[in-house]
Amino acid sequence: MTTRYFGKPIKRNEDPRLLTGQALFVDDVHLPDMLHVAFVRSDLAHARIRRIDTAAARERPGVVAVYTAEDLGDYWRPGPLLVPPPPVKDIVFHQRTQVPLAKDKVRHAGEAVAMVVAESRYIAEDAAEEIFVEYEPLPGVVDLEEALQPDAPRVHEDLESNLAAHVIQEKGSYATAREQADVVISRRFVYDRGTAAAMENRGIVAHWDFKSQHLTVWDTTQAPIPIRNGLAAMLGLSEHQVRVIAPFIGGGFGPKIMMFYPEEMLLPWVSMQLKRPVKWIEDREENFYATTQERGQIHQAEMALTQDGRILGVKDVFLHDTGAYDPYGLTVPINSQCTLLGCYDVPNYYSEFRVVFTNKPIVTPYRGAGRQHGVFVMERLLDLAARELGLDRAEIRRRNFIPPDKFPYNNQIIYQDFAPLVYDSGNYEPALDKALELIDYQRFIQEEQPRLRAEGRKVGLGIVTYVEGTGIGPYEGARVTVEASGKVSVATGIGTQGQGHFTSFAQLVAEQLGVDVGDIFLVTGDTDQFYWGAGTFASRGAVVAGNAIHAGAQAVRRKILKMASEELEVAEEDLELVDGTVRVKGVPDSAIKLGELAVKANPLRGAVKPDAEPGLEATAYFGPERGATASGVHAMILEIDPETMLVEIQKYVVVHDCGKVINPLILEGQIQGGVAQGIGNAFYEQLFFSENGTLLNASFMDYLLPTATDVPAIISDHLETPSPLNPLGVKGAGEAGAIPVGPLFAQAVEDALDIPGLEIREIPLSPNRLFELIRGERTEREADHG
Amino acid sequence: MKPAPFQYFAPTTLDQALDLLERYNYDAKPLAGGQSLVPAMNFRLARPGVLVDLNRVPDLAFVRPGSDGGLRIGAMTRQRQVERDPLVAERAPLIHETMPHIAHPQIRNRGTFGGSLAHADPAAELPAVLTALQGRFRLESKRGQRWLGADEFFVDFFTTALEPDELLVEIAVPPLPARTGWSFQEVARRHGDFAMAGLATLVTLDEQGRVQEARLVYLSVGDGPVTARQAAQVLQGQEPTEEAIQEAAEVAARQDVDPVSDIHASADYRRHLVKVLARRTLRVAVQRAKENGQG
Ligand SMILES: Cc1cc2nc3c(=O)[nH]c(=O)nc-3n(C[C@H](O)[C@H](O)[C@H](O)COP(=O)(O)OP(=O)(O)OC[C@H]3O[C@@H](n4cnc5c(N)ncnc54)[C@H](O)[C@@H]3O)c2cc1C
Repeated sequence: MTTRYFGKPIKRNEDPRLLTGQALFVDDVHLPDMLHVAFVRSDLAHARIRRIDTAAARERPGVVAVYTAEDLGDYWRPGPLLVPPPPVKDIVFHQRTQVPLAKDKVRHAGEAVAMVVAESRYIAEDAAEEIFVEYEPLPGVVDLEEALQPDAPRVHEDLESNLAAHVIQEKGSYATAREQADVVISRRFVYDRGTAAAMENRGIVAHWDFKSQHLTVWDTTQAPIPIRNGLAAMLGLSEHQVRVIAPFIGGGFGPKIMMFYPEEMLLPWVSMQLKRPVKWIEDREENFYATTQERGQIHQAEMALTQDGRILGVKDVFLHDTGAYDPYGLTVPINSQCTLLGCYDVPNYYSEFRVVFTNKPIVTPYRGAGRQHGVFVMERLLDLAARELGLDRAEIRRRNFIPPDKFPYNNQIIYQDFAPLVYDSGNYEPALDKALELIDYQRFIQEEQPRLRAEGRKVGLGIVTYVEGTGIGPYEGARVTVEASGKVSVATGIGTQGQGHFTSFAQLVAEQLGVDVGDIFLVTGDTDQFYWGAGTFASRGAVVAGNAIHAGAQAVRRKILKMASEELEVAEEDLELVDGTVRVKGVPDSAIKLGELAVKANPLRGAVKPDAEPGLEATAYFGPERGATASGVHAMILEIDPETMLVEIQKYVVVHDCGKVINPLILEGQIQGGVAQGIGNAFYEQLFFSENGTLLNASFMDYLLPTATDVPAIISDHLETPSPLNPLGVKGAGEAGAIPVGPLFAQAVEDALDIPGLEIREIPLSPNRLFELIRGERTEREADHG
Repeated sequence: MKPAPFQYFAPTTLDQALDLLERYNYDAKPLAGGQSLVPAMNFRLARPGVLVDLNRVPDLAFVRPGSDGGLRIGAMTRQRQVERDPLVAERAPLIHETMPHIAHPQIRNRGTFGGSLAHADPAAELPAVLTALQGRFRLESKRGQRWLGADEFFVDFFTTALEPDELLVEIAVPPLPARTGWSFQEVARRHGDFAMAGLATLVTLDEQGRVQEARLVYLSVGDGPVTARQAAQVLQGQEPTEEAIQEAAEVAARQDVDPVSDIHASADYRRHLVKVLARRTLRVAVQRAKENGQG
């Protein structure tokens, strides 16, 4: 199929607006009479609240109201469970969701205890300081393994332990596989916490218009429609009385899909109480506590293989840190469990996890959403197996790939969308070959590395693979309208946080209607513009909303062809849509502007035919049967200064397959941004908690994000194995860049240092940690020899 | 992240500024580039009742030649200006080499030379460098002025000899003796971060090519600039051979420093970096000292 707009590297429609300050963000909303909110947040991670004294704060000039849990009356209730547990046999799940303001007890540092509403944020913060909370400190639950000891303090005292969930999924029989194995590799792996650190923190403006009895909420959410529905229910309003707008958002990455955040429950309610607009903008310090985080897991895993490196089975038993509450259900650990299997044909799999409550901020998906951990465990096991068996690391992967003729490939376990984990399509070997070629694998290991090693330089290579489950249901919708001007407007329910939707979605419409991409105006994330939808998460925008828009555009195309064939008295097959017109193929003189046709379809007088709809407009929905599985290979070469342990990445290659590519420029951006976050996760970013659960590095001075100088230029290439599960053949790409960087770093660092016995089994790393690991390894070796 | 309430004054003469400091004393803080003070106020870690903004006070920003062949640098001189000043490059190459390690260009555009010294962050570069260079500090108040050496000026963790009514107005940097080489190096997680350890090194050779004097001053491994006296002792009067450098580095790590652990670097790792930095800076400084001897 030749395309005009689909697949083309078209520059982004939204960039001129973003770059010239003409894009509305939540903090740009200024309303007359608006009040400002600040929260009193607990300094302690675990404590009983004895008493809250708000008297002084209430008296401060400029303070309009102060609320504690007591003051919320009936409105105080725990938030909803966003994702119920999947239908897995014998599953244990204890639902404990976050509360709007802590009552009786605080369960993580930064949990909100009181709320001040004042004429300015300055006054609100001054008053917040005057609120005195008397706490009785309790021992913190921090370490995952200790949390499950019988005598551990409990985060939720009404539960018997800190166990939040227990899930076992199995395919075949690992026990049998183990008996037949020539080798078994068994290790412990640790993956620690980080935070998404979106450029824009969260923010909410809520405006209850008393006269029109209508609530408008601007919210940095990835899911405006579910927020609208939930707010209407909580506040006892009709959904038509609530409008939620997710305007431009400076990065989502998952934490902004979490709901309801306490602030999201509180601000609309406060606005209704006070009959004035209220604003709360999360500051960076709050973001470190009050926005959700991810990644803490400990795995004990083993792999059973034959002598020639074929995987017979994998067993993985792990702990997952959910923080103080579990509103997002089991999405993250299920993703770890499912993504572990990767590109490989694993006949037997036993996976068991326990989810643990701790006195730390809540865990919900963050770009990768648990996939990182699974990929880390699997790829590390393969590296260790290759080492044990004397096999090349690329070769052991190649030997275990699911062959192209085995798709759709059923992993026989349940995925996060509750459907069986069936890979729709894939072709892994060409991607591996391409990556090996781009990183120049043979030359590096045969010539370059030996030469540099002889000079005393520590240079190493890493190469790993991964899959990414993307594009899950339930559905999205879109309305496509040709306006009288000939421009086309598109409305969809999902929000946008920088993904380039204004362009890639426009390309889908342009492809069908022959209108220039720049003439297509997209509205996303405004519940008054489109009523139905779920949200932007799980790399599903292009797949689910994209296909809905495609269907909508096709329907409008059919309307255009039908009308034009009547107007021009020619068969529909003889028409074409070009340059914003419809015309007889190859006869430019016959062209009718789409705008004219739109006016004809919506006349002010005269009659529209019975049963016809006015206008050139169509609404369509798309819900995939199940998710589409993307895949890829990352490779890199890095150099370590063996004295300081500072690392420099010299070359980074990504070969990626997300089915049909809508816009390669935008895809490139997604990959680059993801890799940058992956590098941060692997080597720079780590949240450090004290033994009581307070966060030790809640600022960008000590929480290190990789900067432009730490992220290399990325060489990327794409293969296209279309998904059979949607008409466009697309798969998601939002998380691909971030997923496999941990094991890639680990492998490359081991390769560079070349110290016998040194194994990297944890992420994140740091120069300090590498120093400790090497020193530990040396001491152990000396002890062995001594 | 909004500061607690404060009063703000923007004096236009040094005298007015000193008046205000005298009047408000412990309640007042001078505001220079604001790159350390303003973040601390936003976190409410610092809550001065009165800010005395020095940015409109004339004649505090300058780089001048000293009559002794050294330099005079005004406290309000922007770090970026010091970095780019040819006179600094010529007369105080150690300072010139250090400046790009301080934060990022955006911050150096605002941050001042004197502000960094007055702030006395143990992880800051300039206090260590000025200690190595044996800089002298001119302090002024309504009570008069006084000159202090670096060793007297830096007292402790974020603490200097400045009284609350005093301003740092000027820093004098003595000229480098003949046959002197220098090196500044640090190990930071990312470029522009406060370093996990850093070292300013000066080596002066005698006419025979033996070490006449060595000065090694560390940052980020103690409560302020840490001078490695015993390592310097090891080198004194010696040929600066690789073996001598190795030994000095060992001594610096073992005897001169007593670093603490934080989330970025354990005490052990810091101690290790102390050794690495001593080796690396001494090699460079000795080489430069030899080159300067020929010139
Ligand atoms: C992101 C970031 C990274 C940074 N990285 C580094 C780094 O790597 N290395 C480094 O050294 N610094 C770093 N800094 C700090 C920066 O260099 C500051 O500019 C410097 O510490 C303070 O200088 P200032 O002029 O901004 O002083 P201010 O912030 O205005 O003042 C600092 C303190 O000194 C006092 N003060 C200022 N001037 C005088 C004076 N003339 N007399 C008496 N008291 C005075 C003030 O009252 C205040 O207490 C960083 C800052 C930021 C924001």
